[in-house]
Amino acid sequence: MSFTIRAMAKAACAAVTVAVAALSPGAASAQTAPKLDIPIVYITRAEDARLSLSFVDPDVKEPGVWGARLALKDNQTTGRFLGHSYSLIEVVVPEDGDVTAAFEKEIAAGHRFFIADLAHDDLLAIAQADGASDTLIFNGRAGETDLRTETCFPQVFHTALSLAMRADGLMQFLVWKRWPDIFLLSGSGPGDPAYAEAMRKAARKFGAEIVADETYSYSPIARRTDSGHIQVQTQMPVATQGAGDDYDVLVVADENDTFGEYLPFNTYAPRPVAGTQGLVPMAWHRVQEQWGSTQIQHRFEKQAGRWMEERDYGAWLGVRAIGEAVTRTNSADPAKIRAYLRSDDFALGGFKGVGLSFRPWNQQMRQPVLLTNKRILVSVSPQPGFLHQRNRLDSLGYDKPETSCDLQ
Amino acid sequence: MPDLSMSHASRFKRALPAAASIAALLAIASPAGAQTVFVSNEKGNSITVIDAKTRQVTATIPVGERPRGIALSPDGKTLYICASDEDHIEVLDTESLEVTGTLPSGPDPELMTIAPDGSRLYAANEDDNLVTVIDLATGDAVAEVQVGVEPEGMAVSPDGKTIVNTSETTNMAHFIDADSFEIVANVLVDQRPRFAQFTDDGSEVWVSAEIGGTVSVIDVATKEIKKKISFSVPGLQPEAIQPVGIRITKDRSKAFVALGPANRVAVVNAQTFEVEKYLLVGQRVWQLAFTPDESELYATNGVSNDVSVIDVAKLKTVVSIPVGSFPWGVAIKP
Repeated sequence: MSFTIRAMAKAACAAVTVAVAALSPGAASAQTAPKLDIPIVYITRAEDARLSLSFVDPDVKEPGVWGARLALKDNQTTGRFLGHSYSLIEVVVPEDGDVTAAFEKEIAAGHRFFIADLAHDDLLAIAQADGASDTLIFNGRAGETDLRTETCFPQVFHTALSLAMRADGLMQFLVWKRWPDIFLLSGSGPGDPAYAEAMRKAARKFGAEIVADETYSYSPIARRTDSGHIQVQTQMPVATQGAGDDYDVLVVADENDTFGEYLPFNTYAPRPVAGTQGLVPMAWHRVQEQWGSTQIQHRFEKQAGRWMEERDYGAWLGVRAIGEAVTRTNSADPAKIRAYLRSDDFALGGFKGVGLSFRPWNQQMRQPVLLTNKRILVSVSPQPGFLHQRNRLDSLGYDKPETSCDLQ
Repeated sequence: MPDLSMSHASRFKRALPAAASIAALLAIASPAGAQTVFVSNEKGNSITVIDAKTRQVTATIPVGERPRGIALSPDGKTLYICASDEDHIEVLDTESLEVTGTLPSGPDPELMTIAPDGSRLYAANEDDNLVTVIDLATGDAVAEVQVGVEPEGMAVSPDGKTIVNTSETTNMAHFIDADSFEIVANVLVDQRPRFAQFTDDGSEVWVSAEIGGTVSVIDVATKEIKKKISFSVPGLQPEAIQPVGIRITKDRSKAFVALGPANRVAVVNAQTFEVEKYLLVGQRVWQLAFTPDESELYATNGVSNDVSVIDVAKLKTVVSIPVGSFPWGVAIKP
């Protein structure tokens, strides 16, 4: 079961109509080009928002879809000069709904371009659905390793950061800082073992060393507890005492935000904290205002009434990648779009100072990794000195020889 | 390192007796032809004034937050400054060196251009995908033109009849009729077009693409790209080459292209479009300006907080002059 919101972005459509009329003399080049309609389906699943431990973290409403909506407007603005019109169909699968059925229904309606704001299993399900091979699916959310190293699909492109790119981005910085000795502390929640494993692999790759590797089971308590800090102030030193002080940085793997936020300034040894909390490797964050991002941050906030989050950025990149390929190829044929996205000609401006492109072997988008705390942009990886024969961005994540994926 | 040639070193010594305190007075009292250089300091919130003859900084003027693009009126009497974080354009009197007023610009103004007759200012308004036309006699916005996403580069043809705007996310050069304010053509260029520059004869527009790493030379008559210029510096990764500012000599013999984090200015034969030389300058070079006689070219180096002076005949960087924090735009008054 799914319900579908046919969001044709009414305001934007009205703007397009006016613009086409006003700009008809300007359509000289567009008149010879075919008129194209490009419907894009944004598909997500309803779920309870995860509460952050910190009260200053904004309460994020509708993560993901606002990125697609903004990119739709960007595509429409460009498209009106070329006779290309874009629309967004928003599909929200209920918490217990069937994502495959919802996806197949959209295929039956003739839609071929999909932005998946889905977790790993849902993404796998739609990638394996009937008719999926005729579509293009842009994963703006799931970072799991198997989707980049074993289970690759010709129709799936990843605009979300892979876990490996995140870990490599952080590890390069720690090695550049000459802080190579790492105390890895992982939680016991879902996702924590995979995050920790990505950190171990990154440490091996860049010559850092995991000098202590521990698991910490923390029973989540209500984040509002009177005098809660008194307990935390003694719990965290105890949790981190075993590693002594013979390390440079504590890297925490707490994907569910149950204890990681408590660690900075509460560790047994006076050491900085990085990983899922502290200094965090991210695809996008509000603190980033370099490379013209002031503009997209501002446009996003004006439209969505909140900050742009990672899932918004992942969806924005997917819709923009489609738009860029349609603009350059003058085609809405998924096969032609796919070929262009995989070619050396494709480069997308993503407000990170370099053109973003897709790795042909697993169709992961190459992109810099931001290293941020809650207040400021600390650094951006790749770090100076980490080179690569092909593209410096390929020093982050799975390189061609490291994966069994060899998409053609 | 800049090559500090003997002649410049001796000039530098002669200039030394002019102490800083009286230098400011000299700038104000200097006769026509003094060649005054204005540099906007993005992080310093100031304009640095340099005497191009002595290469001395003669004044530092505090202005609005985050000054970026700057442009002189044709008579040189007024400097317009995009104060990006103030969301307006400031008007500086180049004689008194005082800010005398502001103009509307929309949020986050970055670049603008002035009509050749000095009657209008054309500003890119990135927030609303508009080019704003400001009547300089009244200071009012008189027209708005809908363009692509994130309009940035602005140029006007020497005859004043055509405005060109580049949109950074749409990746087009929009040609706008300056009478009707209608878009007459859209030319798709490479990723993130930052800057547009007409040749002096009005036959070509050169557009730099920062992320694409190229300069597209557009034939104004046909609106076709007649040449796409690429750059390659041995030992530098291609992504470090990010073209931004462009200046072309009046005789269209040479063009200079600032290559951003490549820390170089490319010298291009503007007839054959071959890249002839790369001149090493400071870090993250963005904008360029000729002295009025085109004997020298000033380049702003954002990260190294200085401007490089290039000898146009010798094609050599001859000196670097420390300015404020993160120099961005540059304009030179005759």
